[in-house]
Parts: sequence; structure tokens; C-alpha cells
Amino acid sequence: MRRSRFPVVVTALVMAFFYLPIFILVANSFNPARFSSRWQGFSLVWYRRLFESPEIWAALKNTLLIAVSVTAVSVVLGTAAAYALHRYGQSRLQRVHYTLIYQPLVVPEILMGISLLMAFVAAGVPLGLFTVFLAHVTFCVSFVAMTVLGRLQDFDFSIVEAARDLGASPWQSARKVLIPALMPGIVAGALLAFTLSIDDFVITFFVAGPGSTTLPLRIYSMIKYGAPPMINALSTLLLAVTFTAVVASQRLARAKR
Amino acid sequence: MDDGRRKSEKSRFDPLRKAPFRLDPIFRRKAEWLVTLPTFLWLTLFVAVPTLLVFVIAFRPANPYGGIGAGWTLDNVRALATPATLAIAWRTLWISLLTTAISLLLSIPAGYTIARASERWRNRLLMLVIVPFWTSFLVRVFAWRSLLHPEGPVKRVLEALGLVGPDATLLYNPAAVVLVMVYTFLPFTILPIYAAAEKFDFRLTEAARDLGARPFQAFRKVFLPGIRRGLLTAVLVVLIPSLGSYIIPDLVGGPGGEMLGNKIAQRVFTDRNLPLAAALSAVLVLAVLAPLAGVLVLQRKSKKADIIMGEAP
Repeated sequence: MRRSRFPVVVTALVMAFFYLPIFILVANSFNPARFSSRWQGFSLVWYRRLFESPEIWAALKNTLLIAVSVTAVSVVLGTAAAYALHRYGQSRLQRVHYTLIYQPLVVPEILMGISLLMAFVAAGVPLGLFTVFLAHVTFCVSFVAMTVLGRLQDFDFSIVEAARDLGASPWQSARKVLIPALMPGIVAGALLAFTLSIDDFVITFFVAGPGSTTLPLRIYSMIKYGAPPMINALSTLLLAVTFTAVVASQRLARAKR
Repeated sequence: MDDGRRKSEKSRFDPLRKAPFRLDPIFRRKAEWLVTLPTFLWLTLFVAVPTLLVFVIAFRPANPYGGIGAGWTLDNVRALATPATLAIAWRTLWISLLTTAISLLLSIPAGYTIARASERWRNRLLMLVIVPFWTSFLVRVFAWRSLLHPEGPVKRVLEALGLVGPDATLLYNPAAVVLVMVYTFLPFTILPIYAAAEKFDFRLTEAARDLGARPFQAFRKVFLPGIRRGLLTAVLVVLIPSLGSYIIPDLVGGPGGEMLGNKIAQRVFTDRNLPLAAALSAVLVLAVLAPLAGVLVLQRKSKKADIIMGEAP
């Protein structure tokens, strides 16, 4: 039976729609023209400007500081949460737990941002790097928990029972059997948390204070108030980082399946 | 290492050792609390309590320092009923619904094609969908901002084709908001539809064709109901963030394309009136809960509800 060509055509158009803006952006980052309408030859001038900008370096430092600490905390919390959900899934406590974990995944970012801002204002917590850290962990935990939960669902718990039968303590069986088996899921969750933290704008915008400008906040103000083509260069670098992270996480997801 | 080995050797010969996993209920209960409590407390403190707080602060007066005043008031709720706010709410709704409709129309053929492709092509196409899914949101919005710019390439192509005049503005209108929202949410809708289509048994549509159905009939009456769960998920993952959109209307919408999210941000950052922002946010919470509850009920009818991560790779 002959299949219709229509879906294939739509898919090709969708892919073009996805990548055309990105290609033009990358191309423009190498274009020395200030208003990137005409191609004026290959140049790295915007990259040089970017590396010479102290604000960018300060923002990058904040972003990485937050992303690394957020990833560390949310991986520990998220993995424990996934284990709890999987092992004790039937209890009433876990049903409430699941709803709590689920909420950051579905609530629009702006609502999370504003509700956290109000909580910090009401509690008198000064806004800054620390509040950004708290906010980021809050949404990253859920993504880590869901990623690890996916891995747990494929995991055969009789291996842990075998370890216990052979005399391993609960801690030993977790450290030597369970966690190594879950590692691809944990690393994938960590990559996801790291990317989400580096990329987050909306929530950060609400809970950041003076001196806690992150890279997305910096990019936003560059876009909003007089955009020099430096953003093209910065975006291209970010794309390269994301692309590497995606390839790495795909390899991990496929590993040992 | 050594220490652990010694301990396990000792326990192997311990006749009083309890059988693994047949732990007494109190220990099991304790272990459950131990692994649950950290996230439970964290998310209660930073998700549940703040959400409730929004509804409380909506009934408090503002103080002149941008904080929250003492006492209770209905002024913020009354301020919601103004024609300007209602117009914004209406625009938020139609922009979100239109974005959802267009995203679904494009995602169904794309998800279908990916599911039916050979394994090699399927992996390639999935990769192509996942990369924008992970790419910085701001970067993607910025890319469109420069594309639609009066000096940008889209304008020049359209002008050369004679489709728009020289003074047409492509940016700063609701259409630009819909375009960029579709662009940003499309990967999120393709993935669940693909996941459902991949599990779909295509012999069913073939059977329908054999029994005399036209291709479109087989598609509409057999394939679409078969991927219903994926479609519901796709609706949620585009409709909910659309309703809460803020950056896209802010960067490409202009004053004519403002949505509820922009109003909330203006109350916070321009007017420094948190209670008014809380009242608007409360409306948004309710607007988001309605489709969520609807879809959850529909999904509960068909198996357990695993909405976002359950189906994404």
C-alpha cells in the first residue's frame, strides 16, 4: 500500500523551521557587520569582544557556581526521592510526595518565580546568589527524580536481594550494587539539572538580587537594551556546549541498556 | 573496603541475622521516611507553601516600599475585573489555544513520520528534535528576533516576493508571539506524539484500509484515537507553558502582544506592587489548573498518568 507523502514533507519543513534560525544565528556570529543584514566576510571580532567583556566573565562565574552546586544537591535529593517513589510507591506518603515532585514539572516558570519571590520577601530572605540556588534546586530535583525513576523501573531488585543474602549491609548493597546500576540515569539527571540551571531565565529573573547576575540575565539585558552582535557569538558558544551535552547524554542513555 | 568485607564475613555466619527485606514494619517505615523526607520538606517549603502564599498575599494591601502591608483587602481582586485586565486574559487564552492547535497540526505528521522511519533515520530525526529541546530558550527567541527584524532576512525575502510592503513590521504583534511560541514548544509536542505513535500498531490502519477506509478516514478514526494519550500530553506541555508565557511576548510581542505573564512582571518590577501581582498570578494558577485537571481525568480513564517525563526519552 502506498503511503502518503504529506507527513514526510511536513516533517522536512519542521526540521528546516527548527534549524534555519539557528544556522543564520551561527553564521551571523562570524559576520563583522554591525547590523547583520549583509555578509561581510568571516571574522572573529565578536568573539574577541565577548572574551574582553568583564560583565560576561562575572556572569559566567555566577552561572557556573550556581549550576555546579545546584547539580550536586539536586542529584543527591533527586536520587533519594526516585528511590523512595519506586520502592514505597503504594503508600499514601509517596502519593503526596509524587504530587510535590510533579508540580515543578507542570507549573509555568513564571508562577514558580513569583511564588518563590513572595516566599523570600515574606520570610525576609535577602535576594542574591543563595535564593537563586534554592530556586534552581527546587525545579532541578524534580527532573533528576523523574530521570532516575525511569532507570529504576528497568532495574531488577532481585540483584540487591541477592547482595543482601550474601551478607551485604543495606548501605553496602546500595553503594556497590544499586548506585552503579543506576549510574547512567544519575549522570543523565545531573546533565539535565546542569543544563536547566545554566539556561534558566524566568525563575532566576524573579529571585535574583544585586550581584547575582547570571549569564541568561546578562543575555536578556543585552537583547533588550541595544543588542550588539556579541549575543550571536555568545549564543553560538552556548549552542556548542548544549550540543556536546546532548550527544554525551544520548550516549549514556544508550549505554548498558 | 577492608572494613566492609570484614563486616559482611562476620554477618554471613551470624545465625541471628534478620532475613533481607523482610524487615519489620517499623524499620521499613523509618527507611521510607529517611529517603522521602529531604525532598518532601524541600518541596513543601519551596513549592507548596509559596503557592499557597500567592493566594494569601492576593488579599493583602501593598506597602509603599514594594513589600506587603498589614491587614486584609479585596482591592486587588477588584482590580482584576477592569476591561484592560480582561482583554489581556482573553488575548492570553486565544494566543495559547492557537499555539497549541498549530503545534499539534505540525507535530502529528512529524511524530508519525519519525515513528514509521527506519531505525537509522528514526535516531537521526529524534536527535534533530532533541537538540532544539535542550538549546537555550533565550537564544532561540533571540534568533527569531533578529530574523524578523526590519533589516532581517525574512522581511527581505517577503518583500522580494511582493508579499509585504516596505513599511510592514513583522515584530511586535500577536502573530510574531504565536510564531515564536510554536517554534519553542514544537519539540515538546513532537516527542510525546512520537512516543505514542511508536507504540501504535500500524497493522490496525492497514486493516482499516483493507476494509475500505480512505487514507484520511483510517488516520482520523484509527490512528488518532490510538495515540490519544500522546495527544493529551502534547496539549498539556504546550498549553500550560503558553498560558504562563513571559519572555516571548516580552521580546517579540510589543504592547499589542502582551500576555498575563507580562502584566505580572510589570506589577513586580515596574509598579513594585506584589499583592496585585499575586492576584494576577492566582488567576494564572486557576487558568493552568483547569486544563491540567481535565487532562488528568481523561488520562486516568486510560491507564496511569505519566505526563512529561514518562514519555520523553
